[in-house]
Amino acid sequence: MPQIVVEGLVKTFQVAERTPGLWGAVRGLARRTYRTVRALDGVSFAIERGELVGYIGPNGAGKSTTVKTLAGILVPDAGRCEVAGRVPWTQRIAHVAEIGVVFGQRTQLWWDLPVVESFELLRDIYRVPQARYERARDTMIALLDLEALLDVPVRQLSLGQRMRCDLAAALLHAPAILFLDEPTIGLDAVSKLAVRDFIKRLNRDEGVTVILTTHDMDDIEALCTRVMVIASGKILSDGTLTELRARVTRERWLTVDLVDAAAAIDEADATVIRRDGHRVCLAFDPQVVAPAELIRRVTSHHAIRDLFVENPPIEAVVARLYAAHGEQ
Amino acid sequence: MAEARTGALRPYMAIVSVRFRMLLQYRSAAIAGLFTQVVFGLVLIMIYEAFYRSAPAAAQPMTFPQLASYVWLGQALLAMLPWNLDAEVRTMVRTGAVAYELCRPIDLYGLWYARAVAQRTAPTILRAAPMAVLATVGMPLLGLGEWRLTPPASLAAGAGFAVALGCALALGCAISTLINISLMWTVAADGIVIVTVTLVSFLSGMLIPLPLFPEWAQAALRWLPFAGLVDLPFRIYTGHIAIGGLVPVLARQLGWTIALVVLGRWLIGRGMRRIVVQGG
Repeated sequence: MPQIVVEGLVKTFQVAERTPGLWGAVRGLARRTYRTVRALDGVSFAIERGELVGYIGPNGAGKSTTVKTLAGILVPDAGRCEVAGRVPWTQRIAHVAEIGVVFGQRTQLWWDLPVVESFELLRDIYRVPQARYERARDTMIALLDLEALLDVPVRQLSLGQRMRCDLAAALLHAPAILFLDEPTIGLDAVSKLAVRDFIKRLNRDEGVTVILTTHDMDDIEALCTRVMVIASGKILSDGTLTELRARVTRERWLTVDLVDAAAAIDEADATVIRRDGHRVCLAFDPQVVAPAELIRRVTSHHAIRDLFVENPPIEAVVARLYAAHGEQ
Repeated sequence: MAEARTGALRPYMAIVSVRFRMLLQYRSAAIAGLFTQVVFGLVLIMIYEAFYRSAPAAAQPMTFPQLASYVWLGQALLAMLPWNLDAEVRTMVRTGAVAYELCRPIDLYGLWYARAVAQRTAPTILRAAPMAVLATVGMPLLGLGEWRLTPPASLAAGAGFAVALGCALALGCAISTLINISLMWTVAADGIVIVTVTLVSFLSGMLIPLPLFPEWAQAALRWLPFAGLVDLPFRIYTGHIAIGGLVPVLARQLGWTIALVVLGRWLIGRGMRRIVVQGG
């Protein structure tokens, strides 16, 4: 019996349209036209207890909408959803008492209170018995290195510090499920590593089910065995990361900085996909030409200042996935 | 059983406590307010004295000492009136962040009501004690003994006043919360504040005690909720409402409080659906 079941979720938003200019504003007083945005268009998936699932997609794909629906904040227009046997929006209070949510772009702590007072307030809001609270609090302080931050008002924390505190706060009531909505957004490298490490340990040692929405492919590669891709409100892919990559494209990109900006590049087995002054980006299939071989060819034909090889960014992968889906 | 009850209210008591402690820090505002309110009280009393001197004493609905006490009580407890918005709630609603409050296992109306309780009591506590001292002891010292705040008309009046005041607080918080809930429909917060301040000051008897209103107006005003905020408790204190008449007065206060709470809970449900439908 999966812990989280979602079937055919549909959610549309009405966005008011405004014709530009003065006449548009006047007309807008009398008659409002609305554009319908399908944020979720039949989303379905099931998650077992203890999984660490990545949920990725371009901006506006419907990731946050899904998380908010699962958290019980949004009510979908259609579809079925059950989390730990409850429907999130009809049994909201009982439901949210058992989940933890971290929204990367917004803190759940109180702005003008010291961190530890926020924790204590949460303890009371979630009605956690004192002994259990102290155990959870001390564990979080140790794992996330919060000792020095306890008496600092939340508004004085840096983004990385605040995120660590938000994570701790979300877990004080020992939820079985944790929703993380872009937790590493805006964080520096050190903080990102700390957050990732913490999430991995949480999932592995405590068996907390984690749903992680993110733009950051490195987050996914570091943490998730299972990845769901959503675009325009539809789930396009649900499987492992390798499966996803293999399914869309084996392609890799070689970017070189030429000494001579005007040089023409024409390599067999590689396509120029972008050209920007000195910088040229070549797409190639590593199974047709090995990266080392392509580098050797390019550098022997041209003088190069710098080069790097990368996977296409996830947005490109997903865009391609969507294009392929659209053609079906 | 008591354990379960405390458990149920625990989140809301914590919210009141935290916000209360935070609001207690605003001491300089309280001191400034104190000064203004003493001046305002003196001015009001002076105006009433002028009216009383110019009219035959027998015709007045309230004796002058009762009136003086009424004015000072009003100044001391001014912060208890629902005259201002909760700035945080306003921002929350405007940015749509209020939806995130639903992530907590608490009732949104209860949360806002708890905040209102803190907002109505903390500033009052800061001002009421010094005001009461000034009005009781300070006035005679200034040679204005006739204008001072007199003790309650009787022990029973004092006790009745305490009960009515508690109910007035509950009523004020219900009105306060309703005002905050109305923000879910309009961004014109300033307009709402102006309208509410006017309505509340005038219709509650804060500016002019209700007995001094024309007869035809008094009947209507008695039935509005606002009378329960100021007029009713203060007139119990001064003995203007006899002890025998306490029960109907308290019943009316309580009735309005319950009605406004029920209305508030229903409205907040509608407001949340509206906001949640437009979510981000």
